[in-house]
Amino acid sequence: MNIQAMANEIPVEGEHSIEGIDFITSADQYLTFTLAHEQYAVDILCVEEIRSWERPTIIPNSPSYIQGVINMRGVIVPIIDLRLKFSIGEASYTETTVVIVLTYQAESSSRTMGFVVDAVSDVLNVESGDIKPAPHFGGCVPPQYIEGLINADSKVVTLLNVANLQLLEKDDNHASI
Amino acid sequence: MTVDLSQFIPSFLEESFEGLELMESGLLNLQAGDSELIHSIFRAAHSIKGGAGTFGFENVTDFTHLVETLLDEMRDGRREITNDDTEILLESVDCIRLLIEAARDGDEYDSDKIEQTSDRLTIALEKKPTTDNNDSFKEEKCTKEKHYIINFVPELSLAKTGNDPIFLLSALAELGTLTVKADSSTLPALNDIDPLELYLSWQLRLISDASIEDIEEIFEWVEDECELDITIDEANQPEKNPEQTTLNKNHESEEPLKQNNDEETQVITPEPKIEVVKENSPITAKPKAKSDVGSIRVGVDKVDSLINLVGELVITQSMLSELGSDFDLSKLDRLTNGLEQLLQNTKELQESVMRIRMLPISFAFNRFPRLVHDLAIKTGKEMELIIKGEQTELDKTVMEQIGDPLVHLIRNAVDHGIEPSEIRLANGKSKKGIISLDAYHQGGNIVIEISDDGSGINRDNVFNKAVEKGLIDANATLSDSQVYDLLFEPGFSTAQEVTDISGRGVGMDVVKRNIQALGGRIQVDSTPGQGSNFKVNLPLTLAILDGQLVKVGTETYIIPLISIVESLQIEKEFLNRVSGDMDLYRLREDNVPILPVFQLFNIDAQCNELDNALLVVVEADGQKVGLMVDDLLAQQQVVIKSLKDNYQQVLGISGATILGDGSVAMILDIPGMIQMALEKAQRSQHQKYPNQIEKVGGYN
Repeated sequence: MNIQAMANEIPVEGEHSIEGIDFITSADQYLTFTLAHEQYAVDILCVEEIRSWERPTIIPNSPSYIQGVINMRGVIVPIIDLRLKFSIGEASYTETTVVIVLTYQAESSSRTMGFVVDAVSDVLNVESGDIKPAPHFGGCVPPQYIEGLINADSKVVTLLNVANLQLLEKDDNHASI
Repeated sequence: MTVDLSQFIPSFLEESFEGLELMESGLLNLQAGDSELIHSIFRAAHSIKGGAGTFGFENVTDFTHLVETLLDEMRDGRREITNDDTEILLESVDCIRLLIEAARDGDEYDSDKIEQTSDRLTIALEKKPTTDNNDSFKEEKCTKEKHYIINFVPELSLAKTGNDPIFLLSALAELGTLTVKADSSTLPALNDIDPLELYLSWQLRLISDASIEDIEEIFEWVEDECELDITIDEANQPEKNPEQTTLNKNHESEEPLKQNNDEETQVITPEPKIEVVKENSPITAKPKAKSDVGSIRVGVDKVDSLINLVGELVITQSMLSELGSDFDLSKLDRLTNGLEQLLQNTKELQESVMRIRMLPISFAFNRFPRLVHDLAIKTGKEMELIIKGEQTELDKTVMEQIGDPLVHLIRNAVDHGIEPSEIRLANGKSKKGIISLDAYHQGGNIVIEISDDGSGINRDNVFNKAVEKGLIDANATLSDSQVYDLLFEPGFSTAQEVTDISGRGVGMDVVKRNIQALGGRIQVDSTPGQGSNFKVNLPLTLAILDGQLVKVGTETYIIPLISIVESLQIEKEFLNRVSGDMDLYRLREDNVPILPVFQLFNIDAQCNELDNALLVVVEADGQKVGLMVDDLLAQQQVVIKSLKDNYQQVLGISGATILGDGSVAMILDIPGMIQMALEKAQRSQHQKYPNQIEKVGGYN
């Protein structure tokens, strides 16, 4: 992977952030990030924080995409590598590799998990009407994780469903004993 | 505008439950002539009644009133304290608890039971156990009928304290025929009315056989906030015949009050409160509030010590930050001192905070006198419960979960342990069986002992039963403690006949499982003819664990110290390989299977040869296994964090913790790891057997 090319895509403070975020808008905001050369987005209200990559503690016998757990200010947070989960690109850990920590507040409980992505890129303002259903013609990402597609300029951004993203598959635990 | 009373309901409930406990323990110890005790029981009942009245839990008020009347008679010495009455009162305590719980959860309650008990109470109230027969009693009652004139001038702020005159008035109306006259002369113009203040005063006329003390008692809650003047109207004593008075009491008592009230409510602004309270309180009483959300009452001394410690911590911090702003090597001494102080402070702070969760074990023990009392009646045996070490403190969570297992052990002691009186006498023992409950600290653990002086456990019975159930071989030689441990096997019961107290053989295994789930152990000891002793070992707290840090590959794991038997270096001559693929280590007489941690967890280890490797021998469920690790690190206390919060339960791991360097380390779950090893063995057998492949090899 070309680090230089990716580094160019990373928003520099003060340049993109102001024009990208319009606080008066009625639209929902989404954080976009890249996996290999594809753009993905999550609801920004779920984003707890964005951390740099650090080596987590291994969870025994967990599937390969579960990297382990880290200590986030006293909270044990599992780390999932989205590139491995979706089989997109390669799981390399560089200086720009970041972990997006997402908290999903369900009715009775909330769950916090970190997701490894190649880089975060932007914040999008999208009216709910502009989110289009995704056609299911194969692809590596299972349909239950996809909420819809967003057109951003010439690119297409895949909006992910945070609630489903945080559901663990039943056999996650015994996958590879 | 009204004061929102519903915010006080939780504390009312809490106080009521405490009051009920007090009543229960009081009633169990109640003996004739103990006026101090009966007073305290009465006071508890009275507070519950008063509180329930304020919050509009009418059924509680009505029911408690009956109890209170009975207690009142006992208090005044008008009634002798009999066992029957105490039984009824104990039952009533249960009913009040039921009613309050129903009020809390907004649930339905078993109205049949309440009615039955309340009928029994009424009957008990009607029949006077003293020598007076009913007629003379009635006579006495009638001649006592008096006219009272009560001037009740409350202070303006009365309503703000949560007291509502309407409840006082209805309580008075219960005593006899009440005529109410409200004095609204002090009522200011509508514009000037402060809706929170009470501008009215009342002149009441009460025809009742109640004593002046009874009337004063109704005003007990407000006596500091009103002018109260109770006089007996001598000129106007009743000439009616007794029959009529009783009729009046029944029918008229409510009428005049109601009428007056209806008039009143239209005039006075503060009055609508009644409606609001009545309608709201059952609903706002936390819909379906589960009691386990719970709060802890913390002693002020504990909070004070915390505040002191935080104060010290702040001083240390400011010292350190001052030092850090301008540091050179000459100040190194001061820095080390400061850091030492910080360590001390943090340790003390940690201990103090943990102590907040600690409650005296009497909270769990409180229900046992009642239990033993009830069981004694049910079984017809005579026995006494002796409780020691009630002040021993235990973590709240542990306390909540240890209650049921203890109940079961006590039931067993009563049912299987203590013999009927005749047999006891024949064996030269005292007639009364003695069950004792003792709690004390031992090391970092708390020990609860339940012992009885009954017949003890019949070793042969247990042995034969176990053989019969196929749990052990008939030729097996077992030590006493091994035999007693059989009691905890599922489906095991030696009771000759099954009673509804115990003997169904479910339970002892559950007891053991519950105690193990808390990280504790249970041991049995018994001397035939002398009694048996169950010893429960529990950790003081569930939040902190003493652990041994071990290294496997790059990972650090924590083994709970409580499960470690010993740690050793493997010596080749004690190593045996059996059944092809299983390594055993000869530890004195035992053969301990070796579980290499790296293999179970699929990680890389530095040391994958058995020779000279380090072995930590651990025990769980009576099974010893040796965990092969790379290195032994420090022993330290770790704070247990759940993996389930953000992830899920992981087999072989009981939780995680954060080490001093901020990294996460997993805490090993020994029973889970044994299960993993078993599953793994089964799977590999499955794979191997059909293909007849014999695999011989090491761990690579």
